[in-house]
Amino acid sequence: MKQLIVSPAPHFHSGDSVRKNMLLVIIALLPAYAVSVWQFGWGALITTAISVAACVLFEWLIAKYILKQKSTIGDLSAVLTGLLLAFNLPSNLPWWIVIIGALVAIGVAKMSFGGLGQNIFNPALVGRVFMLISFPAQMTTWPEAKGFATSYVDATTGATPLAALKTLLDKGATDDKVSDALSALPEMWDILIGKMGGSLGEVSALLLLAGGIFLIATRVITWHIPVSIMATVALFAAVTGWAGLLPESVATGEYVMMTLCTGGMMLGAWFMATDYVTSPMSNCGKLIFGVGIGVIVMVIRTWGAYPEGMSFAILIMNACAPLLNLIRPKRFGEKKKA
Amino acid sequence: MKSTFRIGGVHPHDNKQYSVHQPITECALPTKAIIPLVQHIGAPAQAVVEKGQKVKVGELIAKAGGFVSANIHAPFSGTITKIDTTIDAWGMKMPAIFMDVEGDEWLETIDRSNDIVRKLDYEPKAIIDKVQEAGIVGLGGACFPTHVKLMPPPGKTAEVLIVNGVECEPYLTCDHQLMLEKGEEIIIGIQLLMRALNIPKAIIGIEANKPDAIKHMTALASKVLGIEVKALKLKYPQGGEKQLIDACIRRQVPSGALPIEVGAVVDNVATIYAVYEAVQKNKPLISRVMTVTGKSVAKPGNYDVRFGTPLTDVVALAGGVPEDTGKVIGGGPMMGRAMSNIDMPSNKRVSGLLFLPEAESMRQEITNCVRCGKCVGACPMGLEPWLLSKQAWHSMWDEMEDHNIMDCIECGCCQFTCPSHLPLLDYVRMGKAKVGGLIRARQMANK
Repeated sequence: MKQLIVSPAPHFHSGDSVRKNMLLVIIALLPAYAVSVWQFGWGALITTAISVAACVLFEWLIAKYILKQKSTIGDLSAVLTGLLLAFNLPSNLPWWIVIIGALVAIGVAKMSFGGLGQNIFNPALVGRVFMLISFPAQMTTWPEAKGFATSYVDATTGATPLAALKTLLDKGATDDKVSDALSALPEMWDILIGKMGGSLGEVSALLLLAGGIFLIATRVITWHIPVSIMATVALFAAVTGWAGLLPESVATGEYVMMTLCTGGMMLGAWFMATDYVTSPMSNCGKLIFGVGIGVIVMVIRTWGAYPEGMSFAILIMNACAPLLNLIRPKRFGEKKKA
Repeated sequence: MKSTFRIGGVHPHDNKQYSVHQPITECALPTKAIIPLVQHIGAPAQAVVEKGQKVKVGELIAKAGGFVSANIHAPFSGTITKIDTTIDAWGMKMPAIFMDVEGDEWLETIDRSNDIVRKLDYEPKAIIDKVQEAGIVGLGGACFPTHVKLMPPPGKTAEVLIVNGVECEPYLTCDHQLMLEKGEEIIIGIQLLMRALNIPKAIIGIEANKPDAIKHMTALASKVLGIEVKALKLKYPQGGEKQLIDACIRRQVPSGALPIEVGAVVDNVATIYAVYEAVQKNKPLISRVMTVTGKSVAKPGNYDVRFGTPLTDVVALAGGVPEDTGKVIGGGPMMGRAMSNIDMPSNKRVSGLLFLPEAESMRQEITNCVRCGKCVGACPMGLEPWLLSKQAWHSMWDEMEDHNIMDCIECGCCQFTCPSHLPLLDYVRMGKAKVGGLIRARQMANK
């Protein structure tokens, strides 16, 4: 009889793999991406193509020539980083800025720590924040959503809903500015389906939400991080409204909805904060992580200089993730502390 | 609403379709048999027969080597040829009794009829003595001597008997089939144990993928006061003692403690059937039902195998070793052991033989840990397998002890669920062995 294979138990595997998880996240992003293409036309396609290609290429080059290790591009994580980076950019961003962003995301934020699984900060967000600080003008002018009529090179630009809201929150704003800002606020329905200005992938709140629910259903992520972020943000926004910090022209309910649906909130909560590598591992840690992001983003939005703040909030909490991993899950049979 | 245990767990495909509902078939007698003297947790049994001695089926051939140990009886009639060492099905070297099988002559005291004996008016002590005498051990996998569980230490009282009909290991169907065929005997066995423990309540836990067993046992239990069948949600490792108690009575056994701490005694349905046979039929534990299964097995089924029968004989019954076999597992795929060859004799521990095709036998290539936390979510003991495996890698024994390594039940959920295919349990097991050794050494030093 031939030799039998011997190994310790278990002899059975769920069939899960890193590649499968990455693929499912990419699939979950596709419906929202379709809306982006519908809204921003060629710009969306070009920016994404450059970003994904650059991320994959940089990962391959660094693995081969600098780290001299086996290439990991097959696990699709670089594709996902490229896609998420593109989702965080204005669709008319010059191509060379996109490439620089991809180099920072993959080269600095991911590969310099040793590749997948080793990085502390979300690579796509590090890339984005680097670009935001280095190219503030290009990174904060968003083309108006006009589908394929939106030109890639010299699009007419418009304010994002959150920038308009920020003006409203500013006590010193003149009446003119306030009425301008009010007229720049899109209708609620337009916000939900994504008919508004903004970064390439953040516009369709509904489809991002659907993608997130798909990820929970397929057990790629758990509910803890996104739900705790959204709940914290909604509560914070509601309290802001009740405390009378909002101008009279904005109803509290509307403000809560707007906070949840714009400024990359959906994208950040469901797809960026849930990044395996940079989020805590226990459920308790995940909840604290989510609440932290929610509080920081609302502090930035209400009192800070940036209208969005999601990137900073996630990066700050990324830094806390190793600390949150010290929280032990509830052990079986552990008594509640008296 | 079906209940289940509250922490972790995974959902492997149960793959029970191959051998489910296959009637229990008796395995033919071999011509030569080797009966290992360690078929249980605890001290080895001591042989009480000599070379050349003739024995009948059911005769005591090895006496328990201590309180935590079990008697072994002759599964066959014939002549003892030698007492020597052998390699058992797990690859362990151990003492064994070798015999030539001649005919099938049973002790006259054993009732071999098919009549169901319903007599219950025994003294508790009489039942326990009978269980101890018959060499009954937990047939769910651990093989812990059953009589020990029936004698709670002073100060502890049993409140409920939990009957394990979960069979959460994928592929295995022997307990399922036993419940369908011997349900009435199992109910009587439960009543005997309730009497032995002097408790009025028993719960039979059965997972939802065995609806016919749930129905059958519920119908039988409804005629008896105090026995309840609990249908449980499908989740591995529900057959784990601590998980089953949590699922059935929502109490969690504290770290390091035994089920009796929360008033529970857990026994597997196969063990309880053995209790019935020992008490009512005077028949010691000399055989068990084994599932022989696998995708490519010609005749997968449930076979009643006497201990000492070469596993090759059992395999022959199921149509021989499939062409594409890469791995043979004694037990189920989650906790069973891969065997290096199948010439070994069967014993009380082997609940199944699973033939995995070569394509499913090798582990996948490992990749970096992506810190997804799926192992933390899957661990039914609330541990952090990723951390423990790293600590083991770095020989951080004190830290491992502090992170409750000794609570690990080695169910394999972490490794099953890991998308990076990391050998988490290999490392945890290594750490557990090391830390366990350190703890014992410390206890010795402090004495």
